[in-house]
Amino acid sequence: MKRNWSLYPYVIWMVLFTIVPILMVFYYSITAGEGGFNLTLSHYARVFEPLYLTVIWRSIRLALISTAVCFLMGYPVAMILANSPEKQQFSLIVLFVVPMWMNFLARTYAWMSLLETNGVVNMILGLFGIRPIAMLYTSGAVVLGMVYNYLPFMVFPIYTVLRKLDPSLVEAAEDLGANPARTFLRVIFPLSLPGVLSGITMVFMPSVTTFAISQLLGGGQFTLIGNLIEQQYLRTYDWGFGSALSIILMVIILISMGLISRSDAYGEGGGLL
Amino acid sequence: MKPALKKAYLWLVFTFLYAPILVLVVFSFNASKSRASWEGLSLRWYIELFQDKAIMTALANTVIIAVVSAVAAAIVGTVAAVGIHNLKGWKKSFIMNVTYLPVLNPDIVIGISMMLLFIVVSFPRGLASLIIAHITFGLPYVVISVLPKLAQLDPQIFDAALDLGATPREAYMQVILPQIMPGVFTGFLLAFTMSVDDFVVSFFVTGNGVANLAISIYSMARRGINPKINAVLTLLFAAVAAMMYLIQKRMGKGVAKGAAEELR
Repeated sequence: MKRNWSLYPYVIWMVLFTIVPILMVFYYSITAGEGGFNLTLSHYARVFEPLYLTVIWRSIRLALISTAVCFLMGYPVAMILANSPEKQQFSLIVLFVVPMWMNFLARTYAWMSLLETNGVVNMILGLFGIRPIAMLYTSGAVVLGMVYNYLPFMVFPIYTVLRKLDPSLVEAAEDLGANPARTFLRVIFPLSLPGVLSGITMVFMPSVTTFAISQLLGGGQFTLIGNLIEQQYLRTYDWGFGSALSIILMVIILISMGLISRSDAYGEGGGLL
Repeated sequence: MKPALKKAYLWLVFTFLYAPILVLVVFSFNASKSRASWEGLSLRWYIELFQDKAIMTALANTVIIAVVSAVAAAIVGTVAAVGIHNLKGWKKSFIMNVTYLPVLNPDIVIGISMMLLFIVVSFPRGLASLIIAHITFGLPYVVISVLPKLAQLDPQIFDAALDLGATPREAYMQVILPQIMPGVFTGFLLAFTMSVDDFVVSFFVTGNGVANLAISIYSMARRGINPKINAVLTLLFAAVAAMMYLIQKRMGKGVAKGAAEELR
């Protein structure tokens, strides 16, 4: 099997449409002005202005909150799935996947009509005599949108690891006198850490880079890094600054992914896919 | 945990997952435009939907882009996987790193970087640029799905086919391909799903008013809620559910299960 021509279309395609575009973003991030080639780091310096640091901090904070909520909500789900009978497991997984097959924007939009001031949630609250609460266009709504969209990314890696977990280890812990809580804390949870780690990355990454969720559910009041990048490219046409932001975002993500994959040397994280 | 408690918790989470979709579906049949009041069953929004040229075009675009890009990604990706499988050393790890790049890179960076490329080379942005972008982020999923299947193959099978008089092309098409087909199918399915699901990349690489469903929902949703979106999403959800059912039924549980496993 020595026919490497088979690689050419793929390599050419990936270089042209993945590597070259990233190099172009990099080029715009270190040059200034339309005329000529002027090297500058001013775009990167701007990122550290207080205004933008606030945006970056807000993105990280909201993404961390969403990741924590996904973890607290998702871990029990993964455990229940992994421990349910084999036949049921498959249908439960399908039930979990089906909403994901709807368009990402559709899922986000669906929450708009639920959270509106005269939407369904307030209608139900009204039945109990509670006056309408403004839920849409709050930071809570943004977090909710992130959790709703990315929860399966937390559940599946943990589920995969838990399913592979050798049941005899749990039995051994029980035989040795550990109560269920101790068995969980000392045996099950530590062994599931690779899955937890990839779950955390897979939720945190899209949450910290999103711009659609914050735009639709936050009503544009909660500018995140993603919104900032979108603004630079599509509204203020400041490609240099937008590119600097993108490069920083990309480097942060790729470094954290590299760290994660290193700590997950045995590939037990349930795969990042 | 007690079984009853587990069940209750699972139900709660599924309610959380399905409630928005259910509300979407229910209100698509509402006669009034409001979400607060129910004014009786009506197909009004479906009729308006089918008369709305913009949404119907967007729907058609979504399907065209998904089919074309997933088929192209499946073909190029499978051929590439065979090539990568035969590589060794730094070349292999280099190509694998490039392969993982679009998977790990934030969507927004993929979107703006490809937008820059299209603008700088003045490639007209529209259906073609959308398809190129979708092929690009779909390709890695095909490669990653096919590679494990190639690794499972007995390396002597190919040589055996040659010994028995097959040309290399015949050996690939008639011996190797059928064996890695489940991986190709999974990759195709993943690329297709990613394409239908994508909003961010499409949002940036499109132009000249060409929209897929996600883009048109976005622009409508920013102006508030529109029951026509509910109607089109109900149809989309029905299509997804039907597709899952068909895959499960026709291909046997094995393939669907394999696909579900890959999706994890």
